[in-house]
Amino acid sequence: MANQASKSSQTSKSGLLFSGSDWDFKTLSRAYEAIEAIAIEELHLDVYPVQMEIISSQQMLDAYSSVGMPLMYRHWSFGKHFLYQELLYRKGGRGLAYELVINSNPCIVYLMEENTMALQALVTAHAALGHNHFFKNNHLFRQWTDASAILSYLDFAKGYIARCEERHGVAAVEAILDSAHALMEQGVFRYHRPPKLSSERQREGVRERLEYEERSYNDLWRTLPRSKDGTKASETDLGMAERKKTLNLPEENLLYFLEKNSLVLEPWQREIIRIVRVVAQYFYPQRQTQVMNEGCATFVHYTLMNMLFDRGLITEGAMLEILRNHSNVIFQPGFDDPRFSGINPYALGLDMMQDIQRISTEPTAEDRDWFPDIAGNGNWRETLLDAWANHRDESFIRQYLSPALMRKWRFFILADAASEPHYEVASIHNERGYEKIRAGLAYSYDIGASRPDIQVVDVDLLGDRQLRLEHKVKDGIVLEEASRDATLRHIRRLWGYEVSLAAIDAQTGRTLNERSTSQIGE
Amino acid sequence: MPIFVDRRLNPKDKSLGNRQRFLKRAREELKRSIRERIRIGRIADVDAEHAVSMPAKGTAEPSFSDAKDSGRRQHILPGNKHFAPGDRVPKPGQGGGGSSPGKTVSEDDFRFVLSREEVLDLFFEDLELPDMVKLNLKEILAFKPRRAGFAATGSPTNINVGRTMRHSHGRRIALRRPRREELDAIEKELAILEAEPQSAAAHQRITALREELERLERRRKRIAYVDPVDIRFNRFDAQPVPNANAVMFCLMDVSGSMGEREKDLAKRFFVLLHLFLKRRYDRTEIVFIRHTHEAQEVDEETFFYNTQSGGTVVSTALEEMHRIIAQRYPSNEWNIYAAQASDGDNFVTDSERCIGLMDGQIMRLCQYFAYVEIIDERESHIFGSTDNGTSLWRAYSAVNQRWPNFQMSRIANAADIYPVFRQLFARQPAFQKSA
Repeated sequence: MANQASKSSQTSKSGLLFSGSDWDFKTLSRAYEAIEAIAIEELHLDVYPVQMEIISSQQMLDAYSSVGMPLMYRHWSFGKHFLYQELLYRKGGRGLAYELVINSNPCIVYLMEENTMALQALVTAHAALGHNHFFKNNHLFRQWTDASAILSYLDFAKGYIARCEERHGVAAVEAILDSAHALMEQGVFRYHRPPKLSSERQREGVRERLEYEERSYNDLWRTLPRSKDGTKASETDLGMAERKKTLNLPEENLLYFLEKNSLVLEPWQREIIRIVRVVAQYFYPQRQTQVMNEGCATFVHYTLMNMLFDRGLITEGAMLEILRNHSNVIFQPGFDDPRFSGINPYALGLDMMQDIQRISTEPTAEDRDWFPDIAGNGNWRETLLDAWANHRDESFIRQYLSPALMRKWRFFILADAASEPHYEVASIHNERGYEKIRAGLAYSYDIGASRPDIQVVDVDLLGDRQLRLEHKVKDGIVLEEASRDATLRHIRRLWGYEVSLAAIDAQTGRTLNERSTSQIGE
Repeated sequence: MPIFVDRRLNPKDKSLGNRQRFLKRAREELKRSIRERIRIGRIADVDAEHAVSMPAKGTAEPSFSDAKDSGRRQHILPGNKHFAPGDRVPKPGQGGGGSSPGKTVSEDDFRFVLSREEVLDLFFEDLELPDMVKLNLKEILAFKPRRAGFAATGSPTNINVGRTMRHSHGRRIALRRPRREELDAIEKELAILEAEPQSAAAHQRITALREELERLERRRKRIAYVDPVDIRFNRFDAQPVPNANAVMFCLMDVSGSMGEREKDLAKRFFVLLHLFLKRRYDRTEIVFIRHTHEAQEVDEETFFYNTQSGGTVVSTALEEMHRIIAQRYPSNEWNIYAAQASDGDNFVTDSERCIGLMDGQIMRLCQYFAYVEIIDERESHIFGSTDNGTSLWRAYSAVNQRWPNFQMSRIANAADIYPVFRQLFARQPAFQKSA
């Protein structure tokens, strides 16, 4: 009898992953292993190895202010962001994230020390498996970022900028960083893939070569007589078309263009611009996949936690705590609620993914109509894995937002013309509106479409050297003037000569206005 | 099995450097806002944290962004309750134009808190006590070793022999290390026994003694006379040696002729001064002397917050100050600064005596003497910059002409204090103490 009792208590003890709210490294490790096992076996996730780092709330704030990276160069704007985050945190306006995850290999997950064990389990499932899987498998991340190189690159960047500050002074470095930061939005390749990050050794080589060139520069070479095969003539003849060809114009990546072609920048300044550009490029996929990334992580943690509970691995109390946090995370107030601040990517992502699960297992007639290829295929795991791997927010919504979900969310479109004193409800969740709402929502997640489209179109290097930019105005949305002028000043600083920006209507091709730095005072 | 890294003990304030950069960038604007705050607010509040609004200049991070009031756009929103296509919704806040619903407060528009240190740094920047520059207070501290007990580690030159031997002795007793005398006694007995004719008993005794001797010697070898654990070193603490001493005398009239308002203003002046000194020269001593018809040295608390009534004899304060200087602050070791606040009332005869004291003694000892006279607001435009005034003002005007290191000023309300303060302590070319 006694034997039996002790045996049963032992099973219940070993059956649970943890009990109580305190955590220690052994429990964390046990929980991770159990969760990972289920994730791989049940959801077929494929993840990078995980490195979990325990940090305090102060350190979490620090991480926030340096764009979530464990290492970052120094700049005053990060100090400003820190003040802002700290203010929100202190006022209780915003809780800190329970975790932070970095797209690197190994995948770094920050856990807050204040979390209870139940939360740590939730966070492990969310970040260490959900986000991790997404980072490793989504095509944007696979193609556009280099998870294994980013940390060493940031380490290099931090050190390089610190050395520049020593050599050229903090003010000079700050000026370049300010200008480069202003163009971060325009510092990414949207259409073609960026080159891979070079390894440390290659960078070392490039730097050495630059230093050698600096040392061995000889002005005499410039006065060598020109060769006679008519280079001079061809140079003067060089028409605009050829000019554009040699400079690869038009160029959407302003930072790249300035880094490569600016006539006034020193090598170290070019390297700094490059660093800013690389950082911007690194975050570009994350900004295109907010809904998917958070949705994937939320779907994974929700599914895994329920599985853990079903298998009796966590207690009811822990599950309740997890559910409470879960429902906080996916809270979505309506548009007229004072708490409304846009669409919650966690909520939309999770809903869409659960909807896909529903469509593939128990489809309605409508679903069969809308999603003939996945409705009732019964294999929601593969469907989701495929969606996670091959989509970004825009295409994901365009592909998978179902009428059922639009009805559930009661989506509607508000048309907003600046000239009108009122909004107009354009579409609601009805037969005629589904397509429009879906397209409209997808479009609003298209970063390429929602950011100002500004390109370098022409520069006459042998003439006045004025850098000509063009802003394609879509739907009559022009640039905000004060920030436009300030940003143009920054471009002028990097370019060294006058810069002009023409606003061209994308539909008619008409020039709406043109602004040159010569019109802007210092 | 994931890798765990515990970062909780990593250095905190990783972003402190960024914060400092940010503050440096916003310095001018923050300084202005603090100055304004101090000018209109309560000066005693300086000694605290301050919330300031995000400076607009120099800290903007511009980028190309869409103008909110142009073009046509669509908002896709959740939570439709009763709208049908074609419904019109008035835009909120007509002035705001087409602001999108549910926009959040921008990051450039918030208030943040500066710590007390940061506030004071901003406040006191480019102010300095005159004459201190040449004394190079900012020099790196010199350190002088000072005995501070004993340590178990150290360099051989610092071995404290007495301590070491005491420990060694105690240990030897505790471990019962055989003493030389015991060995000697046994050897002696052995020698006697061996010299005598051998008997069986004696032989046995000799063997026993030999064994005992051997045992004791082994034990002696095992237990060292001085063991490393006994050794004690003299420990020295590096004590900063101030290379410039300054003492600040705060003199204030707390007599009946000083009303609440005057006292309040004087207090504020000193609070400001006091803050400045505490902050900038932490090796500066401060002496508070309050006076009515008699003067006494008091502590800070009493000086600012206790009241006392009586007549007004300013010279008593000067005498008290002179006495304290003679007693505690020889002028060849200390730089003496003094600040006096009064309403200017004094016995006429005493004013003469003050001139005598100042000319004869005090000004020779002081590097700098600041006098502020608290006047009525209505008087401020009468007196303006004339030399007319209270008896003490006239007396000090005479002093002022003879001594370049004497400064005087009138203040009428709280807003005047700060400009006066700046005038008194603004950087100025160093002048030699006339001796």
